[in-house]
Amino acid sequence: MLSNLGNILLFLNVILSLSIIYTANRNLKISGGVDKNIFQLSLIQSTSIIICFFVLIAAFIVSDFSLITVYQNSHSLKPLFYKVAGTWGNHEGSLLLWAIILSIFSFLFLIYNKDHPKKFRLLTLIIQNILILGFLFFILFNSNPFSKISPIPSEGLGLNPILQDPALAIHPPLLYVGFVGASIYFSAAIASLITNYSEKSFSLSIKNWVLISWCFQTLGILVGSIWAYYELGWGGFWFWDPVENASLLPWFAMTALFHSLIVFEKRNLFYFWVIILCLITFTLSVTGTFLVRSGILNSVHTFASDPTRGIYILIFLSLMIFGSIFLLFQKYKKQNYDLNRNSKETFILVNNWFMMFYLITVLLGTIYPIFTDALTDNKISVGPPFYNTIIFPVVVIFLLFMALGPKAKWIKNKFENIRIYFFILAGAISLNLAIIFFFKSYSLLSNFIIISALFLIISSLIDIAKALKRNKLDYARIISHTSFGFLVLFIGLNDIFSLEKDYNIKLGETKKFENYSIQLQNLDLKNYKNYKAVIGKLEIKNINSNQTNILNPEIRIYNKPKTLTYEAAIKTSLIKDYYLTMSNIDRSDYYNIKFQKKPLMVWIWISVIMIVVGGSIRLFNNAKNN
Amino acid sequence: MKLNLFLLLFIFFSKFSFAAEKTVDQNLIHKNLRCLVCQGQSISDSNSDFAQTIKLVVKDLIDEGKTEDEIYEFMSDKYGDWIVFKPQFNTQNSLLWILPYIALIFGGFFIFSFLKKRQ
Amino acid sequence: MQKIIKIIILFIFLFVIGIFYISLTRNTNYNTSSLINKETPEFKIISFDDSNFYTRDDVKKNNYTLINFWASWCAPCKVEHPILMKLSQTKNLVILGINFKDKEPQAKIFLSELGNPYDLLAKDKNGKHSVKFGIYGIPESILINKELMIIQKFVGPLSVDDYNNIIKIIE
Repeated sequence: MLSNLGNILLFLNVILSLSIIYTANRNLKISGGVDKNIFQLSLIQSTSIIICFFVLIAAFIVSDFSLITVYQNSHSLKPLFYKVAGTWGNHEGSLLLWAIILSIFSFLFLIYNKDHPKKFRLLTLIIQNILILGFLFFILFNSNPFSKISPIPSEGLGLNPILQDPALAIHPPLLYVGFVGASIYFSAAIASLITNYSEKSFSLSIKNWVLISWCFQTLGILVGSIWAYYELGWGGFWFWDPVENASLLPWFAMTALFHSLIVFEKRNLFYFWVIILCLITFTLSVTGTFLVRSGILNSVHTFASDPTRGIYILIFLSLMIFGSIFLLFQKYKKQNYDLNRNSKETFILVNNWFMMFYLITVLLGTIYPIFTDALTDNKISVGPPFYNTIIFPVVVIFLLFMALGPKAKWIKNKFENIRIYFFILAGAISLNLAIIFFFKSYSLLSNFIIISALFLIISSLIDIAKALKRNKLDYARIISHTSFGFLVLFIGLNDIFSLEKDYNIKLGETKKFENYSIQLQNLDLKNYKNYKAVIGKLEIKNINSNQTNILNPEIRIYNKPKTLTYEAAIKTSLIKDYYLTMSNIDRSDYYNIKFQKKPLMVWIWISVIMIVVGGSIRLFNNAKNN
Repeated sequence: MKLNLFLLLFIFFSKFSFAAEKTVDQNLIHKNLRCLVCQGQSISDSNSDFAQTIKLVVKDLIDEGKTEDEIYEFMSDKYGDWIVFKPQFNTQNSLLWILPYIALIFGGFFIFSFLKKRQ
Repeated sequence: MQKIIKIIILFIFLFVIGIFYISLTRNTNYNTSSLINKETPEFKIISFDDSNFYTRDDVKKNNYTLINFWASWCAPCKVEHPILMKLSQTKNLVILGINFKDKEPQAKIFLSELGNPYDLLAKDKNGKHSVKFGIYGIPESILINKELMIIQKFVGPLSVDDYNNIIKIIE
């Protein structure tokens, strides 16, 4: 029943998209305002796709195992929260969520941009609906969440336990609003090219959408990292894994985009560059989806991934790429710029320059193994050491520019007081020296990174002090930039002062290292509703301060599906986290324990949240001013 | 005065960086080797049979006096380049290492071309 | 000039998408095939009953040697066992079994229940020897000729196809 209802709604959406395209196209040729019917159709479209999604949620809640998707990803004993979250935790359900975002953004863009030319609005709507159709066809013919299975199984396979986590329940929706939301300025960019709508005001139509998607993308990445830190049990939060990179690539493009939009809005420069960035952002989103969903990056274990899925996305991607390239080549006009070396425009270009460098590096690192494998039959790994060596030295220069750039004025600027920067630099260096003197650290590069981060922070703080006096402060920018400085600083300090020890230990045994001692005091077996757990009791003692902490890492044996997971025990404080994982060693009485001291973890999360706060303030200010 | 300060700093930093090079960091090596039977985990993060074996062998190799790079070379000899997270710099991987910098330089020129020729 | 740039851009995208397309259809199973056609590494591995050591000299004596890593706790090893039993009857081939990270009594029970296909039997208690042969999950088998050259590697349980393949090579 639910299956039929869902399929009917999907078909209804196809028809709605087609009629919107038809009506909008007819409306284009007639003078006058935008046809009222289009608003209604668009509203019905958004509503019906949301209802369709609720049908799927209902199927998950009542555990309707006649649907393959529900059968494969749910289980009747699962807590209600994870039943609901399971709706978008799988390939098919998440695509439905995408269709929702595409439709809602399409509707909202239509109603919120009444001041813009009719032709531009209608064309954006048409392009967006072509994208919606592409996804609907993909859902209907390849990844239908309402596909039936017979005979109907009596029980589902369950959701992978490491995915049963609150952070992971909200991570995908956030990320999808981010990079699927990018579709709307992809459509707007194409519409703007076709209708030659290249005035400054074009930036007004998209800038809030860029900011919204950027804020969500940032939050999505943050929540994903937090999940990795708490759930995956290796104590890190970023591994430069292809899946993580796929979410970072559009982020770089978005960041570059909303910076250059500022220039476009103020000075009417870089029109084509803005367009290219709009196109790149969504193209990268789809590319990331292709890489993650097609299974070509999965390496050792072949999962039952469906090759037609990859081919479909690849065709979609190619059409997007070649369509945009073709249009761009046709419309491109060479523009000559005559910027002052020392001006805000130039500094924002520098931001874009670095963003493109990061983007190219991460993209190259992600897809290079595919190339070597296909061309030379040699599989290589591109992991953290590659990104760290290429990216971090450049971050140092980037941070220095980030400190100087925002102070520059439009068109022509003169740095009045160069001496102050020497003082800031001296201050940053001496703070850094104090840090290494008191805590000991070794790497040359990390010293430079900390110095440059401190440079950015100090100079931002001076800015704040100055601006407060004159009562003229751009909170959004200053909060985001300062927080970014803090983020880099905390990541740097965290990296340098992390401590990691690995032991095989028996019950009752004590191990000593540096000024800590660690003892496995007890092991406890407990039965829970959907898993059994071996719970360790470990005492960590700081010998210097005589402070003790008890940590309880777990080894969990889930029954549906049968998996073993290792739950880290984490003791969080403002200064540092103790992070402990325990795992059994097959065929022996020893347990492997991994103890980590991770300084300032909380502050890393807080910094990212503050970056988003900055973005949201800008968004609210924009909304207020309009 | 400034020059002296710089020299001092340089000595300070280089002392630290040289001190670090002498010992082979076992954990760092574990972090840079892929656990082939896991999903995107390093040897350090995994406790699988395979990871445990590799840890033992790495320890032996360190005791034999092998350097970090020699250990990576040994591992990629046995298991292919896939096991090492840091891709080697060779002809096949040259584009991977060089292209980002080419992009950086190219981007710099691009921006430069937008600037006023006379100040 | 602009035309050339346009063509280059188009070409790059075509190339990338072409590679993506090719990769979609490739087998993504990983094997350490880089060792094939290389010389067998030196090894000195203790026999199962602790009586003596096996080295490359024991391999040189035979026309072909199949080194098979197995354990009693490994389920796929049971799957491939009948094939090994069949292979043990062929001439020209000596099977060197290496018992991997196993407990001796259990290994003995395994062999007495399912039969012993091994001409030579050794053990690798902590798994260190497996690394020399690029083993990452058992069962794995390596076919070596008289000149100590690694001819073929089999990751996972030996199949009937693998059996035919081996027979073809050694005859």
